[in-house]
Amino acid sequence: MSNIPSDLKYMKSHEWVRVEGDVATVGITDFAQSELGDVVYVELPTVGKMLAVGDTFGSVESVKTVSDVYAPVPGEVLEVNQDLVTSSELVNSDPYGHGWMIKIRLTASVPTTLMNADEYGVVAV
Amino acid sequence: MPYVPHTAADTEAMLSVIGAKSIDELFREIPSNLKVAPGSLNIPSALDEQRLMAHLTEIAAKNIDCTKLTCFLGAGIYDRYIPATVSAVISRGEFLTAYTPYQPEASQGYLQTIYEFQTMVSELYGMDLSNASMYDGATSMAEAAIMAHGIKGHEKIVVSDAVHPHYRQVLATYCWSIGLEVVTVPSVNGQTKDWNADGAACIIVQYPNFFGNIEDLAAVRKAADDAGAMMIVVADPVACALLKSPGSYGADIVVGEGQPMGIAMGLGGPVVGLFTCKKEFVRHIPGRIVGKTKEVHGDRPGYVMTLRTREQDIRREKATSNICTNEALMALAATVYMIALGKNGMTQVAQSSVRNTQYAISKLKSIGATVKFGEKVFGEFVVTLPKSATEVRDKMISKGFLAGLPLGGYYKGMENDLLVAVTEIRTREQIDAFASAMKEVLA
Amino acid sequence: MTSGRMQLMPEPKLIFDKSRPGRIGCNVPVCDTPEVDFTSIVGETRNDLHLPEIAELDLLRHFTNLSHINFGIETGFYPLGSCTMKYNPKINEQTARLAGFANLHPLQPVETIPGALEILNGVQEMLCEITGFPTITLQPVAGAHGEMTCLMLVKKYHESIGQSNRTIVLVPDSAHGTNPASAARCGYSVKPVPTDANGNTDLVSLAASLAEFGENVAALMLTNPSTLGLFEPNIEKICKMLHDAGGQVFCDGANMNAMVGTTRPGDHGFDCMHLNLHKTFSTPHGGGGPGCGAIGLKSHLEPFLPAPVIRPTGGKIVADYDRPQTIGRISGFYGQFLMEVRAYTYLRAFGKEYIADISRYSVLNANYVRERLKDVLPPAHDRPCMHECILTAEKYKKEHGVRALDISKRLIDYGFHPPTNYFPLIVPECFMIEPTETETKETLDEFCDALIAICQEAIDTPDLLHDAPSMKIVGRLDETLAVKTLDVRWWPAS
Repeated sequence: MSNIPSDLKYMKSHEWVRVEGDVATVGITDFAQSELGDVVYVELPTVGKMLAVGDTFGSVESVKTVSDVYAPVPGEVLEVNQDLVTSSELVNSDPYGHGWMIKIRLTASVPTTLMNADEYGVVAV
Repeated sequence: MPYVPHTAADTEAMLSVIGAKSIDELFREIPSNLKVAPGSLNIPSALDEQRLMAHLTEIAAKNIDCTKLTCFLGAGIYDRYIPATVSAVISRGEFLTAYTPYQPEASQGYLQTIYEFQTMVSELYGMDLSNASMYDGATSMAEAAIMAHGIKGHEKIVVSDAVHPHYRQVLATYCWSIGLEVVTVPSVNGQTKDWNADGAACIIVQYPNFFGNIEDLAAVRKAADDAGAMMIVVADPVACALLKSPGSYGADIVVGEGQPMGIAMGLGGPVVGLFTCKKEFVRHIPGRIVGKTKEVHGDRPGYVMTLRTREQDIRREKATSNICTNEALMALAATVYMIALGKNGMTQVAQSSVRNTQYAISKLKSIGATVKFGEKVFGEFVVTLPKSATEVRDKMISKGFLAGLPLGGYYKGMENDLLVAVTEIRTREQIDAFASAMKEVLA
Repeated sequence: MTSGRMQLMPEPKLIFDKSRPGRIGCNVPVCDTPEVDFTSIVGETRNDLHLPEIAELDLLRHFTNLSHINFGIETGFYPLGSCTMKYNPKINEQTARLAGFANLHPLQPVETIPGALEILNGVQEMLCEITGFPTITLQPVAGAHGEMTCLMLVKKYHESIGQSNRTIVLVPDSAHGTNPASAARCGYSVKPVPTDANGNTDLVSLAASLAEFGENVAALMLTNPSTLGLFEPNIEKICKMLHDAGGQVFCDGANMNAMVGTTRPGDHGFDCMHLNLHKTFSTPHGGGGPGCGAIGLKSHLEPFLPAPVIRPTGGKIVADYDRPQTIGRISGFYGQFLMEVRAYTYLRAFGKEYIADISRYSVLNANYVRERLKDVLPPAHDRPCMHECILTAEKYKKEHGVRALDISKRLIDYGFHPPTNYFPLIVPECFMIEPTETETKETLDEFCDALIAICQEAIDTPDLLHDAPSMKIVGRLDETLAVKTLDVRWWPAS
């Protein structure tokens, strides 16, 4: 059973988002990292890039697969997690903590279509 | 038919396990109007092995090949010495009949040779790393341009007209299909100087160039830097055993044709494309790469195909290229060649080419021919004749020589110019005979 | 150095570690022309070249030992699905090495190579008859290169009739990854077509796509038989749907082995197709190349062919460069000529009498394997397969934590090369087994017995499979480490 923190929101494409004020932190879920296996590379956007909901903002690679990652909220890329450049394994070891990917400054409200932990728990099997 | 081993009893036993009455029944999902009856195709009748060999020998004898002609023709494919060990190694069934090494535990032999290939090609070009090879020199160059476009984002590709015309034609085809613009800049007296590269993703130069002249790569690097473009060099790996390497001038991508290293001319195929780049661009490289690793549960070293997520079978339409195959067997031939000759042998081959070429230049000058772009060449030069180069080339064939490549079909105003290559296997006697025959033809 | 001792175990040393200054591995031609001052001719010369220095015998031992830790068709059964690992006849190697073929320069005048043109034209004519297309070109140097060339012809064709708006290529979700990659390489955007529950192209979905954006569809790329090993029974209808929408239909010929002498894609309604001569027509795979990719096409695409076009005219065979509408050159010279010599030899060995044996016995072998394994590894679809069968190991993953890859790695311990795994992507824990027509019943039985035994091991001793292969020269390798460290070459000690 994978870890699904109750204080986060989720997309069915397995991104999580934590909203604090007008800043949203985004990463991929524990379920997603375990399906991918060892993450060997994370491709991240440039700071300042504008994202609409559902836009691809980067990709996560394991040895034999690569998955695009999508923006759960609209806004401007405020910061990217530079630690992932040298330590992509953080996505595996601490997906909701040090394995975060980007911070987005919200330019509109958080979509109501995002799932809560219970709803995502049905998807992540 | 020895290639299909089924006896009547086998077929019967297998059909009975399957629960089918006949082989035809297995094809029942093919609409009957789309089937043809076995034996009904209009192709020639089967030949037994004895007759087959005789038939092919007869066809081969119709060609005038380079064991019957003394070859002074180069232009990208060279008549060079091939050590006997090359054929011995690439004929081994374990290499010849293997597939791409997707299962590393069953393919360590091949994977290690590719790692060795990557090392030696990188060494010759003076570059950080190499892939496992490409189709040929021409497609390597086109892929390099597209890679530069992927890195820089610009849609303009600038190429010198002293790059092999066929390579430029392939570049034009590839670039047309994905909507890139190719700008060709003229060379002057066998050197490319004015690059006009503003807004270009890359500039492409050949080393030595198509005419045999040695381009000033330091100046090319500066032109690339001034324009913010990548520097791509198409380099002859044999020449790179003697000349300063393209990597030492700061080239970003170096590609080339590996045929001169142990591969039969074979009417130009199969050959092998070489592809190297700086380490920082590795994630953009097309084709396969082999890397060294170790066991999951142990310390024994081993080799695997790596950075696989760039490739078409995983990345699909977002792959760095659609290429699947490298040219593994031809890369293996080149690997054996580079090891057999080694540091001293390859240097000697390159030096002999220069010596023989200089000797040929002096002999042709002595019969009244002029060297068009100067004598500071590696192993090939343009000679201007008093009459049509095509006519001279054709007459030379009846005298037993493949005299070179007439350039009129490729460059306007060069109808009397012949591109002559002199490799390390030409002897003084052959060069003397070549000059005498040429003298008679020109008289 | 270990030279001189019998080596049954792998050679862990790199050739660079065996190098000793002053040795050489061949007898380099002696130069008899005058010495020159190199620097005055070619400028500064290099002194930083690190290539190994090895004696000739040690060179051979190096590669012979490496060959012993490499698996080829001549080593054993190689049931790699979608790759057609059939026997590569030895006579083909002999004919390709004839001096009259091997020592031809590609730029020598065509008047001096009538035999070469005869080979090229001969292969073209036989492939026309086998595929049902009026025109074949042998210029593409690999399968993916052939796909790309076909799409370029389609693109040029649409340009010529003022339909450059056709920028979409449809690709089934079961397709090999080269299809979308080749489409992207030609500047097309790719849209997927789903597969229905029976393994066929989903016609409802295809019709909906064509209704929605059919006027912008350039082509559909269809593999037939599909990558599921199934013949597409609606093929004529699918081609008609595309043609009605103004699109072209490309046949991925990766699976031509199932059709040789039995059915012809040109008759199915396709506009163009590619062939892999290294699969269907036995040119050796060589460890991943040289490939060799002929393409076939209908007459409306012919004007756009890459030059030269080899064709008979006036009693002789010519190389036609006068092609005003050509897409241009796609590779250095004539394509993979020495591979064409091999394919020609192979086709003439079968001849009209036996050519259909290729499809008939490859399909028999695949159905036999499918039937023998169905209780332990159920087929993905309940239909007769063509030349390969697609089985699933899903239950072993769910119930015992054993994946298809684990079962495959265990096969190495039993002396077999693993089948293709995880392709096509739409079948979970997939095995794609292509036995080819050149394997005997005994070989297939031994292979099936091994897989049945391994499936029992998956239930009884799953860890045995997780750690497999255990008997080989190297255990399972750390591919994550390989990507992270990216050690792709040896470096000289500085």
